Amino acid sequence: MIHARGLARSFRVGKGETVEAVRGLDIDVAEGELVAFLGPNGAGKSTSLRMLTTLLPPTAGTATVAGCDILADPLGTRRRIGYIGQGRGSGDNFRVRDELISQGRFHRMSRTRSRRRAEELLAALDLEALAGRTAGSLSGGQRRRLDIAIGLMHRPGLLFLDEPSTGLDPQNRANLWEHILRLRESHGTTIFLTTHYLDEADSMAERVMIIDHGRVIADDSPERLKADLAGDLVTVTVGDGEAVRAAEIAARVPTAHEVVRGRDDGRHGGRAGGETGDEVAEGPETVTFRVRNGPAVLPELVRALDAAGLCTLATEIRRPTLDDVFLALTGRSLREGDQETEGAAA
Amino acid sequence: MTTHSLTTRSRTGAGALATAGAAARDAWLVFAREMRPELRAPMGLIFGMMQPLVFLALFGPLLYGMPGVGSGPPWQWFVPGILVMIGIFGTGSAGYYVLVESGGGSLERMLVTPLSRGAMLIGRTLKEAVTLLAQSALIILAVLPFGFRLYPAGVLAGLALLVAAGVGIGALSFALALAARRAPSLFWAVQQTVTFPLLLLSGVLLPLENAPGWLAAASAVNPMTYIVEAERALFAGDLSGAVVARGALAALAIAAAGLAVGVRAMRRAAL
Repeated sequence: MIHARGLARSFRVGKGETVEAVRGLDIDVAEGELVAFLGPNGAGKSTSLRMLTTLLPPTAGTATVAGCDILADPLGTRRRIGYIGQGRGSGDNFRVRDELISQGRFHRMSRTRSRRRAEELLAALDLEALAGRTAGSLSGGQRRRLDIAIGLMHRPGLLFLDEPSTGLDPQNRANLWEHILRLRESHGTTIFLTTHYLDEADSMAERVMIIDHGRVIADDSPERLKADLAGDLVTVTVGDGEAVRAAEIAARVPTAHEVVRGRDDGRHGGRAGGETGDEVAEGPETVTFRVRNGPAVLPELVRALDAAGLCTLATEIRRPTLDDVFLALTGRSLREGDQETEGAAA
Repeated sequence: MTTHSLTTRSRTGAGALATAGAAARDAWLVFAREMRPELRAPMGLIFGMMQPLVFLALFGPLLYGMPGVGSGPPWQWFVPGILVMIGIFGTGSAGYYVLVESGGGSLERMLVTPLSRGAMLIGRTLKEAVTLLAQSALIILAVLPFGFRLYPAGVLAGLALLVAAGVGIGALSFALALAARRAPSLFWAVQQTVTFPLLLLSGVLLPLENAPGWLAAASAVNPMTYIVEAERALFAGDLSGAVVARGALAALAIAAAGLAVGVRAMRRAAL
């Protein structure tokens, strides 16, 4: 369904200054797959999606989407795909039903078919009672459902979704995913979506492509990506200023590989030192290790620390998450990116 | 000529016709979508006429007896200019909707449909033209009781001229909005900087007969000047003559240039 080779896009941001948003992207997505494109803000997810949906011409590379070359036959591509962008797909002054019918007509559907399909989607997405209202009068969740309905009007075989659940509350996020999964089950629609929600990518996608600085750095099922990290993550919390010694001692334990050191902020794995730039100055410190078998290694680790005179304040064993995959690949956490973005937005 | 080349040519011709037909259909679909909110809330049309109505009510009476305006009520002279003012301000601000749709996301959604990009612009421009026609008709009706003489053929020709110029200005406004979509304030800065001088130099508000030489020279290179002069001739019932021909030429040139620039901007629109 999607085959891209060396897809790249750069932007001029000033005199003689160029930013390479996407650098040589190779993508292959088979029919019926549900692929999540995961990465921090600014990694190149949306730019990639815009190129694949013909909104933005690539500066290099080629791509075939739904059987059409995006450069040679952009119209053919647009006929075969559905696109649900980050923004609001409907105009504020337009009525819900009218926007759906218009979208059907834009996709060369007859008036009768457009009306029938609009009614189907109004019912399927719980929008029937809102059909006569203007899009501007809808709540955020209702508006997102309308966006989804607009994107599905012409029953596309390939659906692109750009951050579909951003800004939705948990209930609306769950509803949205229910609709997406139902669509996939009933029509075998290929779905390619961008997200920076780790849990969504982990639980919903059968394949995750991780992008960072414009390059795909991992591409596999969430399970295999996590399994590649081989083992469990063990976090030990020690006293203030003891993390370096704890790491040295733990390094002597077979199969223990240090992943990150930080301050205990009540969150598993601690906070990566030196990454966020706002570390807590004092307090318990954490060291996280990747080990082959957490339950077997942990007692040995605690004994070694105790023998060295270090008091273990807390321990935690957990399975790796996609954030750990990203951390292992880049040395950074996806969550840090989120926090920075949220901080900037605030 | 071989049968093969004839067949190929006829196929090419049929293909071009089909493309033109699809583009016309697309333009109609976009026009119909754009018109729906206007028809449901026609008060927006009236609010858009407030500025010209204020000029008619508060500025028009000052023109009685002014040299260059003619004897008697000034409406025959002033109303055509006011209609051109609506054309410049109304259609010149049309890009605002592109800014809104671009910022919101609905333009992006439409760009990922098989709609012809050129038709997207033409459909929107047609809506501006219809709005302009409706507002012009209402202004004309409003001044009829105050001594405005109606020459139906001249008025119809004048409105056609106005629509042609309005289509061009609207298309240019859309192109400007697409270029300035990441900095909407730039759109308004350019729009205001261009429209006010165009308006004042076209002699819409005051006659330019006694203007200083430099102002007269600037007015002479303003295409809107010729449109205003042609409108005044047409609204006075004069359907022929060089003034009307010059105005028609100016209006068609603006329409052609505006559509060429606008369609190109829409086709190249990358969001």
